[in-house]
Amino acid sequence: MTHATTTTSLMRPPFPAERGVDAHNLKLGMWIFLASEVMFFTALIGSYVILRFGAPGEWARPGVVLNVPVTAFNTFLLICSSVSMVKAFAAIADGNQKMLKVWLLLTIIGGAMFVSIQAYEYTHLVERGFLPSGVRDGSELAALVANGTLPQATMGLYGSTFYIMTGFHGFHVTCGVIAMTYLFFTKALRGKYTQQDYRGIETVGLYWHFVDLVWIILFTIVYLI
Amino acid sequence: METVQHKHPPYLLIWVYLALLTAAELALAFELPIDRNLKLVLLLGLAVWKALLVAMFFMHLKFERWNLRILFIIPLPLAAIFIFAAISQKFW
Repeated sequence: MTHATTTTSLMRPPFPAERGVDAHNLKLGMWIFLASEVMFFTALIGSYVILRFGAPGEWARPGVVLNVPVTAFNTFLLICSSVSMVKAFAAIADGNQKMLKVWLLLTIIGGAMFVSIQAYEYTHLVERGFLPSGVRDGSELAALVANGTLPQATMGLYGSTFYIMTGFHGFHVTCGVIAMTYLFFTKALRGKYTQQDYRGIETVGLYWHFVDLVWIILFTIVYLI
Repeated sequence: METVQHKHPPYLLIWVYLALLTAAELALAFELPIDRNLKLVLLLGLAVWKALLVAMFFMHLKFERWNLRILFIIPLPLAAIFIFAAISQKFW
């Protein structure tokens, strides 16, 4: 047995690749799926932009209805989970199975915490009277509408666009957490990923980073603008 | 047995950039008393910057072949056309 170390490109792994794009089937399939996801989220964001700027009045100012500090923490959490995911990928690309498990578990925990905090945020918003259909009569936010702090005319649009965009994103995060948990228990823990074949980690990682990327855009346009 | 050593991008440095840019976004949105339209442009610019960092370094687009990059890039102009066309209805 000989021991040698060679330095290779991270993007040229040792498994079979599709000619032309130099990517294996799973990765190519995920990129095509992500291209369709770009169009999906563009439709949601585009609709939001059109509804907001064509609305018959002012939009609620940032921070009046939504809890920005909590969501900023959630954004940071998702960014951290994206880093832990890429560290999991780097670990197995270098053949380190132990660190793959550690980083992948941290990613799952980060994703689960993101969804939990989003569920808490939704619960809190509904309690305050912010619904997909607008503001509930007699609620705390209804009082803000009555005294002119919040605009009456656009609260319905605000509620529906907010819950649809963040809800679909939350659904994507949930799917990612389920997929990573499945891979963690059925593959990573059993040592099925090796330096010679870590395609599953690379593929689910692409999905996870895309979910993070979408949230970066959503956080700005929904919470800060 | 041969071990393969990869060169990795500076992931933790990118993480620091992303955290700093997020903090800058929050400061810009709530602390700086600047013109609303300028704020809008700057916030969108910061968001695109962060998204590009994720796509280039975490999704490794920077290191992929152009054939694969195009897969991700093609929907973007289509998306821009869609939004522009819909917004321009206001001026028809």
